[in-house]
Amino acid sequence: MAVGKSIIRKEAWDKVTGRAKYTNDFKEQGMLHAVLVTSPYAHARILSLDARRALAAPGVHAVVTGEGLPLTGEDMRDRPPIAVDKVRYYGEVVAVVVADTLAQAEQAARLVRVVYEPLPAVGSPSEALKEGAPLLHEHLDRYEKNKTTHPEPGTNVAHRTKIRKGNIEQGFAESDVIVETSVSFAPSDHIAMETRCATAEIWPDGTIHISASSQSPFMIKKLLHTYFGEETGKIIVHTPLVGGAYGGKAPVQLELLAYLASKAVGGRKVSVWNSREHDMITSPVHIGLEATVKIGATKEGLFKAMEILFLFDGGAYSDKAIDVSRAAAVDCTGPYHVENVFCDSLCVYTNRPYATPFRSFGHCEQAFAVERAIDELARTLQLDPWEVRRKNAILPGHTTPTQVRLTKSNVGNMPACLDRLRELMRWDEWQRVELDAYTVRAKGISGGWKTSTIDTDASSGVILTFNSDGSVNVISGVVEIGTGTKTVLAQIVAERLKMDVDDVHVKMDIDTQTTPEHWKTVASRGTFMAGRAALAAADDAIRQLKDIAACVLRASPDDLEVGFGRVFLRDDPAIFLPIKDIAYGYKFPNGNAIGGQVIGRGHYILRHLTPLDPETGAGKPGPEWGVCAEGVEIEFNRRDYTYRIVKAYAVIDAGKVLNPKAALGQAMGAMSMGLSFASREGFLFDKEQRVLNPQLRTYRPIRFGEHPEYIVEFVETPQIDAPYGARGIGEHGLIGMPAALANALSLAAGVPLNELPLVPELIWRKQKGDSYGSV
Amino acid sequence: MEETTKRELVLHVNGERRSIVARQAETLLFVLRDGLGLTGAKPGCLNGDCGACTVLVDGTPIKSCMMLAIETVGKEITTIEGLDDAPIQHAFVRHFSFQCGYCTPGFIMNAHALIERHPNADEAAIQEWLESNICRCTSYQEIEAAVKEVLEAKKAAPTDP
Ligand code: FES
Ligand code: FES
Repeated sequence: MAVGKSIIRKEAWDKVTGRAKYTNDFKEQGMLHAVLVTSPYAHARILSLDARRALAAPGVHAVVTGEGLPLTGEDMRDRPPIAVDKVRYYGEVVAVVVADTLAQAEQAARLVRVVYEPLPAVGSPSEALKEGAPLLHEHLDRYEKNKTTHPEPGTNVAHRTKIRKGNIEQGFAESDVIVETSVSFAPSDHIAMETRCATAEIWPDGTIHISASSQSPFMIKKLLHTYFGEETGKIIVHTPLVGGAYGGKAPVQLELLAYLASKAVGGRKVSVWNSREHDMITSPVHIGLEATVKIGATKEGLFKAMEILFLFDGGAYSDKAIDVSRAAAVDCTGPYHVENVFCDSLCVYTNRPYATPFRSFGHCEQAFAVERAIDELARTLQLDPWEVRRKNAILPGHTTPTQVRLTKSNVGNMPACLDRLRELMRWDEWQRVELDAYTVRAKGISGGWKTSTIDTDASSGVILTFNSDGSVNVISGVVEIGTGTKTVLAQIVAERLKMDVDDVHVKMDIDTQTTPEHWKTVASRGTFMAGRAALAAADDAIRQLKDIAACVLRASPDDLEVGFGRVFLRDDPAIFLPIKDIAYGYKFPNGNAIGGQVIGRGHYILRHLTPLDPETGAGKPGPEWGVCAEGVEIEFNRRDYTYRIVKAYAVIDAGKVLNPKAALGQAMGAMSMGLSFASREGFLFDKEQRVLNPQLRTYRPIRFGEHPEYIVEFVETPQIDAPYGARGIGEHGLIGMPAALANALSLAAGVPLNELPLVPELIWRKQKGDSYGSV
Repeated sequence: MEETTKRELVLHVNGERRSIVARQAETLLFVLRDGLGLTGAKPGCLNGDCGACTVLVDGTPIKSCMMLAIETVGKEITTIEGLDDAPIQHAFVRHFSFQCGYCTPGFIMNAHALIERHPNADEAAIQEWLESNICRCTSYQEIEAAVKEVLEAKKAAPTDP
């Protein structure tokens, strides 16, 4: 039926004809435009701000500044929506100019005079932790925070997650060898092709209408209430199609500015739309990291202990960076069984753009650190790196770093992924070959796993309404950010109702007033949570259809079946009612009627999740662990240090593939993003921590023709409580790519490459540095 | 400030004559989107780097953020809204060559022009044309498959326009 088929996404034709509409495509006569005035310093005191000339400029209605605004932040409220007194990163918003046209707002923005007194800027987590480092937040102790956030006042530590499992000393004592590896990379960016955009309008009745390019429309509602005391019921958020998100549109930022701007102009509609430059540095970015991994193992390569220190570069404000640092800790070992684990994961403040989720939520970062260390361990022991991974692969019965016992359902089949990867890559044939004097080919691999560290009470709802022709509308709060989840929901509903998926329509746009809530469209949980809700809604609809049909057919509902557009008697399908005749209730020949429109309702809430113990990390952060094994084959030129990515492989345990082509697309797209990040992306900072490359010309993601050949396969180990067994797959493709690329290049170049991005210059520097003893 | 610099422009867009009053400094992209309501062409960088704004001007793919509207007077502009059931649109749908769809109009216009202009395009030519657009969702392999399929089909049936 519908599940397991490559159903074309429901909005496909809108997208290839230019009819698909995104937030910034909705224009209205009389809508005002806002432009952000941002800081040219990474750390500075604001001595004065003079907006008089800007206010006098043509078309200008208001200049909004930061005085008197509440602090914001999801875990800890440390961020003023508009900076006051002090700026903490290059590109931070200091004022918002509202004018009739965008051009007028842009011109007036240049007239806002701000006098700064520069302060010393903190450039990396390790610098931020040094004795005497400048403090970003002097009043860390005064910030409001939730129970699971543990800042360390008097330092630049926004949060520390501790994982303590087993006995680390004993683990190292039992080890024959101990290797230690350090890795690092600077913050980078999501670069969704659609830059973030939000509009706000406040109606005379007090209702607040927000339109936003967001993964979290329901969170916007909640946060406007928390921060500004607005009544939740009066906040209506509209989210049309979103032009790429990858985690970057989960945080709430521009929406607050649009709201403040609208308030400043008597509730008129105001649009705030990021320029590419602002989108890259003013809005939150992909986190940076410095990490040290120490692995203790036996001669045979069996892991005995892992000690891990993650110093995440959370940037100037903690936002969701706290959560990212926690997620990496939760899965710190990767998909391997380790009895003794000691991990400290710190979210550290620096004077850099603030960080937020990036596809894989801390896991490609975790994997880069640990998988580099595993390769170093294999090299030290002269073992095959694949063997080492296979030997330690996580299995049902093992426990995770946060001490969750794994079952056949809640963890994927890691050995199967590794075994298939080995075959696909022809791993045993060669791992490094010299084609000629200068050209080397090499392969590198990585394991990966992920659970979703999400709110323990995250929930999702689905409503199904029937049309008089018997077709169904699916209404869900999942935002269509490109993952095709809404189409997969239609498949799930069609499968359950045994109907043609063409007769299942989906409502793409979100309107928080009429769409049931879906916590956030993040963490690859759309299919699982909304899928469960959709199944519940379908069952609810089936019950209603049977009830009406039971009256008409004078049969017990228990004897009825729903499917193929009919409700029929199980033992005699020739006795039936077409669904279209009862979808709006049934009218008897004499005019009497029963029933009414069939409206199926369903919801799902995650179960048995618990916060982590602050001392040991013990707790259940997410519902299941999806696993994958990935590899990269490169061709390296030893003369000029350039390389070509020839092939990229992924074997992912999908649980069940609901839509093969869509699943492949998710995996390959994630792999591409991972390779792009690892090979060429990253912000360049000057000594004052100003970003030097906030443009797509100087920050250059992978382009057409630079892509390798992608080879993706799925293993199917069902997650029993998920719709048809499907696991989240939207992020796994990314997890192993940076590590696999670094492992391949390290092998090719013969020098450990533990920094990203892996540009030729870095490889050259590492080689020279090693042979000359200094860099 | 701008009032003095506005003027009336007559543009030929998708086979229609459209007249509009716009600032002389306005780019083609903004006039198409804000003035004519043709929002298919997307702003992605306004700097010529991403290709999301690609439209055809006299059949040549142009980044409409880099061209003033006034420069296109007397020329034929085709936007994604003006494509009618082009083979490349079908191929994009079949090959799942997009996800969020934001880069899609630009990619399709560029690919469409490539196919029209160079039906015999080889690997190098395909790359040269398509590397001017960024897609952040797909792996490009899906886009490559769509473009190559249309080129192949064209070669197989050369008389079919
Ligand atoms: S918007 Fe024109 S190239 Fe990016
Ligand atoms: S489909 Fe999203 S950027 Fe290409």
